[in-house]
Amino acid sequence: MAKLTMTVNGKTVSAEAEGRTLLSSFLREGLGMTGTHVGCDTSQCGACVVHVDGQAVKSCTVLAHDVAGADVRTIEGMANPDGSLGKIQQAFQDHHGLQCGFCTPGMVMSAAALLAENPKPTEAEVRHHLEGNICRCTGYHNIVKAVLAASGQDVSKIAAE
Amino acid sequence: MHNFDFVKPSTIAEAVKALSDGDAQALSGGQTLLPSMKQRLAAPGTLVSLTGIAEMKGVCKGDGGLHIGAATPHAVVAREAAAHYPALAALAGGIGDPAVRSRGTIGGSIANNDPAACYPAAVLASGATVVTNKRQIAADDYFQGMFTTALEEGEIVIEVRFPIPQKAAYVKFNQPASRFALTGVFVAKFGDGVRVAVTGASNNGVFRWTEGEKALSSSFSADAVKGLSVDPAEMISDLHGTPEYRAHLVKVLTGRAVAQANG
Repeated sequence: MAKLTMTVNGKTVSAEAEGRTLLSSFLREGLGMTGTHVGCDTSQCGACVVHVDGQAVKSCTVLAHDVAGADVRTIEGMANPDGSLGKIQQAFQDHHGLQCGFCTPGMVMSAAALLAENPKPTEAEVRHHLEGNICRCTGYHNIVKAVLAASGQDVSKIAAE
Repeated sequence: MHNFDFVKPSTIAEAVKALSDGDAQALSGGQTLLPSMKQRLAAPGTLVSLTGIAEMKGVCKGDGGLHIGAATPHAVVAREAAAHYPALAALAGGIGDPAVRSRGTIGGSIANNDPAACYPAAVLASGATVVTNKRQIAADDYFQGMFTTALEEGEIVIEVRFPIPQKAAYVKFNQPASRFALTGVFVAKFGDGVRVAVTGASNNGVFRWTEGEKALSSSFSADAVKGLSVDPAEMISDLHGTPEYRAHLVKVLTGRAVAQANG
């Protein structure tokens, strides 16, 4: 065990962690931040996506000690300062971009990474970017719609399927 | 996974020293090694992270081509190589998914030499040079079969130097679940000839399709390979494809890559 310090959602945090502790475990078990979900634990499903220094990563496949000192952002950091839903989260609610909600933290973090790099993506770009995020409920259509809406684009012509 | 000691050196010399312990293993982006360790296929006593070594990161134009630091993630190559070597940038931008591309590195990919990985095809087709802490290794000597390279114990890939071809393209046929290449072909046309490297298809890992190279060196067109056939004898057989299917893909994808390279 060794002490590990990083910035999570703007706050400096420290906790003890073993060499093998994954970033996902550090967040959930070390810091009690269970918004980051672990679906497959094999880097397939994307439920555990967080940002490390602005880059989307699968936190189940990153060692916590390997990102010591980094600036980490999780789903808990996506709400507005007053606690209301952030823009992407609100779009997911407005467009029914979730059903069970398990994949949603990863979807929102992946979407945020996309919009930071490409503020007005096309539908094809959104679908390509979300390749590493698996949702077993929605069929993706409303997730894609929510991301496009969050980018400020008109989605009224995208029919619900 | 079993526990281990974690160290993160900031220089190559420190990393080499840490790796001299026989039970130590180098860790780059970890997108293959960490899943392998979870499955207990690997259980090193010490993991030596190479991602904190500044001199092993970055993309720059250098002597004879494009130099890419071994610890440079795929996403950075996709972005920064685009202006210099578009086919290589496109290959990097098509590996795995965006979150995997944020972490996975070129050095990790070619040190592992997975028979279905994309980068080995680019390195071999480009005739790149693999620079380690000890020496420079030509791509033709570096890849020595599935998961096997010329690297010795404790030797680290520092940089890969790519000559830039006149024309090039990489086309892969995705295995839809893993997004690894069921077969992938990288075609590179240089002033003195064409090189064709195939990944995903052979039991011997990445290889050069010399018959295709010969035909394309006389005529760089998709039609030039149409009459050829690829021997399925050494091709991988699994539930995703027969050897004959993969052999056929080698030819088809080479044609598509040439068409794409010709724009």
